[in-house]
Amino acid sequence: MEKIIGIENDSPRADAVEKVTGRAKYAAEHRVDNIAYGVFVCSTIAKGTVLSIEEGPARAAEGVLDIISYKNCPTTPGYEPLLTDGSKNPKQWWGLKVLHDNIVRFYGQPVALVVADSLENANAAAQLLSIQYQAEAFETDFNTLRKDATKLKPSGNYSRGKANAIEEALVKVEGEYTIPVEVHSPMELQATIAVWEGDDKLTVYDKTQGPKSMQGTLARLFAIPDKNVRVIVNYVGGAFGNALRGWHNVPAACIAAKKLKRPVKVVLTRPQMFNLTGYRPQSWQEIKIGAAPDGKFTSIVHNAISMTARYEDFREGIVNASRFLYACDNVQTSYRLLPLDVSVPTWMRGPGEATGCFALESSIDDLAYQLKMDPVAIRLKNFPEVNPESKLPWSSNYLKDCYEKGKELIGWSNRPQTPGSKKEEGMLVGYGMANGVFGASRGQASVRAILQENGTLILQSAVSDMGPGTTTAMIKIAAENLQWPVDRIKFTLGDSDLPPGPTQGGSTTTSTLGTAVHLVCEALKKSLQELAQLHLEEFKNVEVKNIEIKNVSIVSGGINVAVAELMKKAQKPSIEITKDSQGTSAQELKHATNSFSCHFVKVHVHPKTMEIKIKEVVTTADAGKIISENTARSQMLGGVVGGIGMALKEELTFDHSTGQIINASFAGYRVPLHTDIPKTTVWFVNKPDPIINPIGAKGLGEIALIGLAAAISNAIYNATGKRVRDLPITPKKLGFKGK
Amino acid sequence: MEKYCYQNSRRDFLRKSGTLAAFYLAPTVLVKALPLESVIPMPAPKEKIKLIVNGVERTAEVDSRSTLLDFLREQLGLTGTKKGCAMGQCGACIVHIDGKRMNSCLSLALFNNGKTVTTIEGLANGDELHPLQEAFVVNDAMQCGYCTPGQIMSGIACIREKKAGSREDIQRYMSGNICRCGAYQNIVDAIASVQASGKPV
Repeated sequence: MEKIIGIENDSPRADAVEKVTGRAKYAAEHRVDNIAYGVFVCSTIAKGTVLSIEEGPARAAEGVLDIISYKNCPTTPGYEPLLTDGSKNPKQWWGLKVLHDNIVRFYGQPVALVVADSLENANAAAQLLSIQYQAEAFETDFNTLRKDATKLKPSGNYSRGKANAIEEALVKVEGEYTIPVEVHSPMELQATIAVWEGDDKLTVYDKTQGPKSMQGTLARLFAIPDKNVRVIVNYVGGAFGNALRGWHNVPAACIAAKKLKRPVKVVLTRPQMFNLTGYRPQSWQEIKIGAAPDGKFTSIVHNAISMTARYEDFREGIVNASRFLYACDNVQTSYRLLPLDVSVPTWMRGPGEATGCFALESSIDDLAYQLKMDPVAIRLKNFPEVNPESKLPWSSNYLKDCYEKGKELIGWSNRPQTPGSKKEEGMLVGYGMANGVFGASRGQASVRAILQENGTLILQSAVSDMGPGTTTAMIKIAAENLQWPVDRIKFTLGDSDLPPGPTQGGSTTTSTLGTAVHLVCEALKKSLQELAQLHLEEFKNVEVKNIEIKNVSIVSGGINVAVAELMKKAQKPSIEITKDSQGTSAQELKHATNSFSCHFVKVHVHPKTMEIKIKEVVTTADAGKIISENTARSQMLGGVVGGIGMALKEELTFDHSTGQIINASFAGYRVPLHTDIPKTTVWFVNKPDPIINPIGAKGLGEIALIGLAAAISNAIYNATGKRVRDLPITPKKLGFKGK
Repeated sequence: MEKYCYQNSRRDFLRKSGTLAAFYLAPTVLVKALPLESVIPMPAPKEKIKLIVNGVERTAEVDSRSTLLDFLREQLGLTGTKKGCAMGQCGACIVHIDGKRMNSCLSLALFNNGKTVTTIEGLANGDELHPLQEAFVVNDAMQCGYCTPGQIMSGIACIREKKAGSREDIQRYMSGNICRCGAYQNIVDAIASVQASGKPV
C-alpha cells in the first residue's frame, strides 16, 4: 500500500530546519531601514514621584534622538482616562501607562526611554540621565505583610457541604505552603519594533502570544481602526505566559516611533525581564484534609493568599483544583490578594493550579503516610466519578490509566514503605508521585485553506507558536483529515492580517485552532468531491460519499485522478475556503472538561550533605488524542524541566530595605541546567475526548508542569522523612548544617 | 601584519575607552555637579576591522563598544546568533572564533579583527545540514528554537573537544547553554547520536 508521508510515521517539527539553521526570525530580528534604538531608564526607588530629570548631558551625547518621559510623552488616546466629552474612556490601556506620568509604583519601573541611532549610543546616553525622586514608604515583604489581615483583599470564597466537617474528621493533616516569586525567563528577550506609515498606519514586530489581540490593543491605544495595525510575530522564543499581554516595550516603541517619525526598536535587557514581564506571584497556602480511617476524604479546606501589584490586581485559580480533583462532600476554599509595591504578576505555565497542586498533592501524601496507605491507593479511593464541584460527568478522565502505567514505568514496587529506610550507592532513595489538572476547552478561531494547482495546501491563521509545535500539529490534523502528505502542507501564522486566530495560552490552541483546521479540511474535501463529480467523466456517476481524497488524488474504486488534473479541468488555479469554529459547544457545557497528568519521580538524597539528585521521572498524561507525538513528547519533557526548576531552584529575591530585586540575572536566579535533568519517560493515554472537539485533543502545556513540584517533594520525603513546604527545596531546608 | 593591526587597535581602544569609562562610571550626583560641557562624552571611537565570517571576508567600521554579538546581529544582519542575556550567562550567543567556542556577547567586535568567525548560518552546506543540525531535527532537540543555535555551536565544540564520551560528560560540558522550554534530554540525545555516528563535525 502506498504510504503518505507524515501520517504513518511521526514527522519532524515543521519549522525545525528554520530553527537549526538560524533562519527563523524572532521579533527583534526583522531588518527595518533607518531604525532607532530605545532603552529604558528605570526607577531606583520603589515608590514615590520623579521630581526632575536632568537630560542635558544625555541629549547632547552622540546619536541621541530623543528622551521620552512624563515631561514630553505625546498625548496617546488609550492612555487618557476620559474621552473628550468627559465620559470614562472604555478603551483605556490595561495596566501601567509607561512614560505617561511621574508616579513610581515599583523599583525598576521605566521612567524614561532614551532613543538613539545605535544601541551603543542609546545605552551610553541612558547612563547620563540624572533623576531626582521624592521617595515614599513602600511595602514588598510578602511573608511578613500577609499576616496582617487588614492589608488583604478578599477574592472569592467557596463552600460546599458542612462548614465544620474538618473538626469532626477522624484523621487529619494540615500544613502551610509557601512559594516564592518565579519568573518565566524565556530565552528570547521581550522586543518590539514599531514602524509608522503616516500618523494612522502602524506595523509592529512584537514578541506576543496573540497577534490578533495585540492588534486590537494597539488600535485602541492610538484610536485607529484595527485594519490599520499589523502585528507580525513569525517566531516566539519561549514565553510560558509572559507574552499573553503587551508589556511596556510595546507602547514605548510605538509612541517613540510616532513622535520621531522613524522606526524604533525596544528590547528589554535580561535584568529587566525579571521585573517587567510578569511572574508567578509569591503565595502562601494553608490546607487541611480530613479523612475516614479507610482513607476516604471527608473534608478539604484550602486557603490561599498571593501577591499582586498595588496598581493592578492579578488573580489566578490557586485553590480551584481542591474543589474537584477528588471526591469529597465538604470543601471550603478562600483566596485573598496582598497588594504590594511591586510590578504586576501574570499567568505563568500552569497558572494557579501549579501553585495549588503543590499544596494539595503534598498534603495527600502526608495523609497517605499517616494512614499507612499507598499514595496511589489513597487517590484511587477518592477518585471522582463525576466532577464533584459542578456535578457534571467528565468528558473524559483516564487518570486511573496514568496511575497504572506510571507505577509500572518507574518501578513503584521498589518504593520504601518507611521514609528514609532505603539506600542505593550510598544515597537515600525515595519515590513520589502527584497529579496535575487543568481546564480543557476551545474558543473561536478562523482558518483559511488555499489549495494550489500543484497540490500544495496552505493553511493560514493569525496565531503565534511559542514552541509547543502548533504549526506541526495543525499540519498533522490536515494531513490526517485529507490523507495528504505533510510535506505538501504549509501552515502560515504570525500575522494579524490573516484570519483571526486565538491567543496561544491556557492549553487551548490545539483544541481551538485544530477544530477550525478540521472544519476547513472537511469543507475542502466536500468541494473537491463536488468538483470531481462535475468535471471528471470518471466520477459522473459516483456518489459523493464514495469519492475519497488520498495522497493529493481523487480516488474511487480503481479510479485515481490527480488533484492537479481536476483543478486544470475545472479551470481553477486555486481553491480558497475560510471556516470559523464557534468555540464551546452545547454538548461541552453538559460536561466537565479537563486534562490530567500524573508524575512519578525517583530521587537520591545524600545522607550527609542532603544534596538532591533527581534520578528518574515518568510523566503521564490524559490529554485526549495526541496529534503530533514528537512535539507533544517534547512539551511534556519541558514541563518536567519547569517543575524541577519550581521544586529545587527558582526563587526571585527582594531586598526589602530598598524594594529592589537582587538576583535579576541567570547567575542569581537559578534555573535548571543540562546537569539537573534526569532520564525522563513520557507516556500518553492517547484516547480521544469525545466531547470537546471533533479532533479529540485536550490541552497539554499546563498539565506537563502542574503537580511536578509535589511529586519531587513527595519523593524527597520518601527518601528522607523530611517534609519541606517552602519552595525551592534545598539541602539547607532538609537539615544540612554546613555552609 | 595581522598581529600588528590587532595590537595597535587594542591599545588604541583601551586608551579611548579609558576616557569613556571615566564618564560612564561616574556617580550620577557627580555628573550633575559638573558643568555641562565637561560631561558630554566624546563621540565613541570607530574602528575598521576585517574578519572572515562564515567563509566570507567582511570589512566593517565598528563602534568600539559593540560586542561581537551586536555586530553580527545589528550590523551584519546575521541574527541566527541569539541574544539571551548579553552577560555571558546563557550561551544563546555562542559562535566559533578561530574554531573555539565563545559567548559572542563577551567579545568586543573589534577584538575579532583578523579572526575567523563561524555562526549557525555558516554550518550547513546549501540545503545539506551539518550532522548536528540534522540530529537536532531528528531528535526534536528544540521547542521555541531560540537557544538552539547556541546549543548546536556548543554541541559541535563538545564533540570536537572530545567531551562527548558519556551522557554525563555532555551534560556537564553543555551546562552553560540554558534552555527554558526544557529540550535538554533531546539535545543530549542529538549530541550523543552524532558522537556515536563518528561523523566528522
